[in-house]
Amino acid sequence: MEGDVGPGDARRALGHLVEAVLASRGEANAVFDILAVLQSEDQEEIQEAVHACSRLFGALLARGELFVGPLPSEEMVLTGSRGATLKYKVWMRHRYQSCCNRLGELLAHPSFQVKELALSTLMKFVQLEGEHPLEQPKWEGNYLFPHQLFRLVVGGLLSPEEDRSLLLSQFREYLEHDDIRYHTMQAASDTVARATDGRPEVPLAFWNNAFMLLSSVSLPRQEGTLSSFYVKHTELSDKWKVVHLKEHRKAFQQMWLRFLKHQLPLRVCKKVLVIMHDSILPHLAQPSLMIDFLTRAYDIGGAVSLLALNGLFILIHKHNLEYPDFYRKLYGLLDPSVFHVKYRARFFHLADLFLSSSHLPAYLVAAFAKRLARLALTAPPEALLMVLPFICNLLRRHPACRVLVHRPRGPELDADPYDPTEEDPAQSRALESSLWELQALQQHYHPEVSKAASAINQALSVPEVSIAPLLEVTAFEIFERDLKKKGPESVPLEFIPARGLLGRREDLCAQHFTLS
Amino acid sequence: MGKTRSAARGKASAAPAGPWGGRARPNPNPFEVKVNRQKFQVLGRKTRHDVGLPGVSRARALQKRTQTLLKEYKERDKCSVFRDKRFGEHDSSISPEEKMMKRFALEQQRQHEKKSIYNLNEDEELTHYGQSLADIEKHNDIVDSDSDAEDRGVLSAELTATHFGGGGGRLPGKATQQPGGGEEPPKSRRELIEELIARSKQEKRERQAQREDALELTEKLDQDWKEIQALLARKTPKSESGGRKEKPEPDAYDMMVRELGFEMKVQPSNRMKTEEELAREEQERLKRLEAERLRRMLGREEDAHSKRPKHLSADDLNDGFVLDTDDRRLLSYKDGKMNVEEEPSGDPSGGESREEEEEGEGWSEGGPEDSDSPDGHSDLESDAGSEDARGPDGLESDAEGEDASERPQRGQRPSPGEQLTRDDRAAARAELPYTFAVPESCEELKSLLLGKSTEDQLLVVERIQKCNHPSLAVGNKAKLEKLFGFLLEYIGDLAASDPPELGVIDKLVLPLYNLCQMFPESASDAVKFVLRDAMHEMEGTVETTGRAAFPGLDVLIYLKIAGMLFPTSDFWHPVITPALLCLSQLLTKCPVQSLQDVVKGLFVCCVFLDYVSLSQRFIPELINFLTGILHMATPNKQSQGYTLVHPFRAHGKNSELLSVSDEEDMATWQRRSLPLQWAGGLKAQTETEANHTRLSCLAVCLALVRRCVVAYGPLPSFHDIAQPLRALLTEHLSARCYPPTLQDLSRSILTEMESQPRHCRPLVCEKSKPVPLKLFTPRLVKVLEFGRKQGSTKEEQERRRLIHKHKREFKGAVREIRRDNQFLARMRLSEIMERDAERKRKVKQLFNSLATQEGEWKALKRKKFKK
Repeated sequence: MEGDVGPGDARRALGHLVEAVLASRGEANAVFDILAVLQSEDQEEIQEAVHACSRLFGALLARGELFVGPLPSEEMVLTGSRGATLKYKVWMRHRYQSCCNRLGELLAHPSFQVKELALSTLMKFVQLEGEHPLEQPKWEGNYLFPHQLFRLVVGGLLSPEEDRSLLLSQFREYLEHDDIRYHTMQAASDTVARATDGRPEVPLAFWNNAFMLLSSVSLPRQEGTLSSFYVKHTELSDKWKVVHLKEHRKAFQQMWLRFLKHQLPLRVCKKVLVIMHDSILPHLAQPSLMIDFLTRAYDIGGAVSLLALNGLFILIHKHNLEYPDFYRKLYGLLDPSVFHVKYRARFFHLADLFLSSSHLPAYLVAAFAKRLARLALTAPPEALLMVLPFICNLLRRHPACRVLVHRPRGPELDADPYDPTEEDPAQSRALESSLWELQALQQHYHPEVSKAASAINQALSVPEVSIAPLLEVTAFEIFERDLKKKGPESVPLEFIPARGLLGRREDLCAQHFTLS
Repeated sequence: MGKTRSAARGKASAAPAGPWGGRARPNPNPFEVKVNRQKFQVLGRKTRHDVGLPGVSRARALQKRTQTLLKEYKERDKCSVFRDKRFGEHDSSISPEEKMMKRFALEQQRQHEKKSIYNLNEDEELTHYGQSLADIEKHNDIVDSDSDAEDRGVLSAELTATHFGGGGGRLPGKATQQPGGGEEPPKSRRELIEELIARSKQEKRERQAQREDALELTEKLDQDWKEIQALLARKTPKSESGGRKEKPEPDAYDMMVRELGFEMKVQPSNRMKTEEELAREEQERLKRLEAERLRRMLGREEDAHSKRPKHLSADDLNDGFVLDTDDRRLLSYKDGKMNVEEEPSGDPSGGESREEEEEGEGWSEGGPEDSDSPDGHSDLESDAGSEDARGPDGLESDAEGEDASERPQRGQRPSPGEQLTRDDRAAARAELPYTFAVPESCEELKSLLLGKSTEDQLLVVERIQKCNHPSLAVGNKAKLEKLFGFLLEYIGDLAASDPPELGVIDKLVLPLYNLCQMFPESASDAVKFVLRDAMHEMEGTVETTGRAAFPGLDVLIYLKIAGMLFPTSDFWHPVITPALLCLSQLLTKCPVQSLQDVVKGLFVCCVFLDYVSLSQRFIPELINFLTGILHMATPNKQSQGYTLVHPFRAHGKNSELLSVSDEEDMATWQRRSLPLQWAGGLKAQTETEANHTRLSCLAVCLALVRRCVVAYGPLPSFHDIAQPLRALLTEHLSARCYPPTLQDLSRSILTEMESQPRHCRPLVCEKSKPVPLKLFTPRLVKVLEFGRKQGSTKEEQERRRLIHKHKREFKGAVREIRRDNQFLARMRLSEIMERDAERKRKVKQLFNSLATQEGEWKALKRKKFKK
């Protein structure tokens, strides 16, 4: 092929070649020309060639002109004295093989169009090969799937070199089909299991790709026969593993376990934990197998621990997990950053759940309340609006803790008996203390916070305040709300007249800043 | 039929002698009365139908029907109707006299039209009020009266007769003796009346004309007098009065009196207040405002206050003031006042502000609204005389600085001293036009202001305000309201420019404040708008990245200005509360990445602390931020007695941003204020300068920490709040790597912290009122009527009442219709009977005549036979 031929010409030339090959077996050598274009550097030529290959081998697969069975080596067959047809078929199968390999390489092509085209062509081959299997069925009704080819695809997707999120999102639509999903899970678990083989350091891109692929696998929620297949079958057999959701679950579980077995980077770990409760745990055949991962994550500390809480909660709640010192660890999780992390809402939602039991000992609840109140001294207003009702709810649920806000005839103390550094809530002497922090927060600059903190001045009302609507409140929402609020009277004005930009002399701005 | 009936009803109710008019009659015929006997006497029930007059009412019903129904019945086949077309016969709005006049006029007209058009000789008689003009000319001085008063006393028999007398025939003799009609045949009474009317009207007209003449003359004299008065004005009033004594001319005196009466009177005004009174008043005003502020700060509801406004204004204010004598803000007012009273011109800033004020007043005189003050002219002399009296006022305005600008009408009053300065100032600023239209857009304002000096910009803004004062024209208010927004935007632009023109902004704050005082609503809207803009920008970046860069200087300046325009100590304020949130967001969402960010952050902290300087409210973010800044300045971080929160990291590239290790730089450093310009853009500095800046920032930070310690010392859990700060400061001290001034500062802060009381009194809830037991009070139902109507709701009762009424009315209507029919039938029967009787009579008559004829004929025949 000449390099200077225009794209239209190239397409026409390739079209001629394809037709020639398809028309007579004598022209078979033209396949080499097509494959040569596939190696080209030019993006458009590659695309044309991919199209041509797709048409050519698609037709050949449909016609059954490729060799079926375990492939003998090329030289052996060509030199051997076999029938010409057989030789042709073996030879063509080898060309097909090389074409698929090249397409697999093209999945790493810098251009996204090429990648996408290669992916769709490969998937087309998968479909055709599934319909016209290239191996002999061992018995009647044997389920055959082009495992090798599909592994090539998955391997290409889980590239350790670069981020393949776009391609993966393209691939996601194939995952709608039950068979593709099943085999993807199998292939992915193999690939992931072999990820660290021989490599000390696995690049972050691989983990990201793997997570992307794994997280896009979602099993159907309800039981039922799986019938949406990518590869068309005339009839489905009950003996196939693909049709059973149980098998899918097993594959799913294996895939995730193999993935989580590795030492994941923190960021990926967080991502996994975020979707854990919602899209992983419900689909596992044995959810309790996640316990190792979750406890490890819970021990890491910080935001990861907060996230691991959710999964742990499901295990404790639904799967009878016994977790020693759970509350102690939860208590340990409370540090000033709790109010500033992204997962604040989720954490407090869970904390509310954990502390909703009325069978908790009073010392524990008091320690939590005191700790939260202490932390509230550094919290921003949006967090305060949530945590103050939270504390009040704790006091409402556990009347024994009301001494924290109401201790008549108590002795006046020199210092707060509460020990903030103590890790064990039982030893923290929270019950002997009072919530002076809330009293301090009554002086908070934001009126709503101040009002919320003043709730402890009166005897607490009986019904709890639902904190669910307060969990997701952001400062910007409060800001907008304040802006929209209309005062009953006209806008009050400052009566001390302005002097200048920095204000009066005793103002801090004037003391510490100059205009020039 | 129903129609007639209802009309009849209305008439019946209108008539005072109604159906039971019989009762009112002295002795009704007992045979006409029907008494409805009551079975039981019920107390309090009004009986309306105990006595009836069936005969009377039947007769009246019959009469009514004859008048209406019968008439209709009789005219049932007729198309033509008789109509009374006399003028105004059925119009009750015209009085009978007028009616007569109009009828007469119509008659005259008709007569006139009927005259032959070819008859040239007959001139039409000209009349006035129906009176021939020729006659009037003849007798115009019969009643020659100057005024009504003369006429009033006359009460001749003739007059009374004509005015009040009854019929025309009562005074036949006198009528003939009338002077006008002596030789003429006696006039009818009507003519007489008309004549009289005409005459009196004419007199009235004459009198009016005379009065007008007199008035004209007086006016002319007035004018003459004015001309002379201008000449006389130079003379002392004494000589004037003396001259008047010499010429006691009654007319002149009258004129003077009248003139004085017409002259515009001076409005009664309050007496000039003394210095003490003014001071007291000012103090009262401040007290009142302060009390108001305190109320808002504590977030108390207004209604408690507004319930008894009278009472509170007298007593409660004093209380509040006395209670808060330890309030530093208040003390400073007092100080300022006392200062000024002792040495009025001692305060340099006060003097400055006075100059500015004079400027404003100076050219406000030159402005167009000068002509608007009507008393400007006459006030000149009197003001010159009362210069001394106004002296304290001037001082007062000195003392208050901007007080006068707060009350523009007072500030606009010119004083001679200012007039002097006006001229040369006007000369100096001849190049600026005196009137400006309010800019319609921000660009317009920019084009007006850009490129001018600070003073000129100020001048332009002030002139725009003065030329378009809301009292001058209707649309000015809306225009000036917009001006506030434009100015704000302009200030933002100035702050965003490089280098920021802070000097101009500094001066523009004043007009901004004044505009805000004039239009609080629109000003608050404008400030809210810019704040929302800034927050939206931040929100965008925070949503995507989780953090945001510190915004430009303009946002910081907006926040600072918002704090100056509105009271920052309010518990809730429509502008300040969002601004506080905005500040909090700046401190929590913006990581400190450079020295410039440190300066910005410290400025935000200063603004924040200024906001809460009066209310002493607690700001957790601020403590966090100061902790972070101190952390950045700590060189070696081993001990961790504190935790850093979000925007700061314990370790990272910016965690040592403020630490200085160069000994020499530390030695040469001198403490000074941070230029605000650095927040706009920090120029490249040498290492030494950068180190000095770092140390200055640290100094500011320590000062803020100190302020926080002082402010939050009384908070219950102060030591827990200040714990991270204490840990950091002790670390600082132990490191001993900072200049001695800073070390001293840290040490003093630490001692201050320790000196705060550590009392922990257990919390106790307020006692709540015991909830009263639920009592079952009986349900009271108003018994309106016994029987089945009892116990239903009001609507149900109303419905039933209406149904009942409808039923009754319906029955009544049916009865009336039945009676109408009966009446008609009766009428018809009587008609037929009448007709039959007539016919019988005629037949009889015919027979009679026939019989007579027959008899006669027979008699004749008999005669013939006899013959």
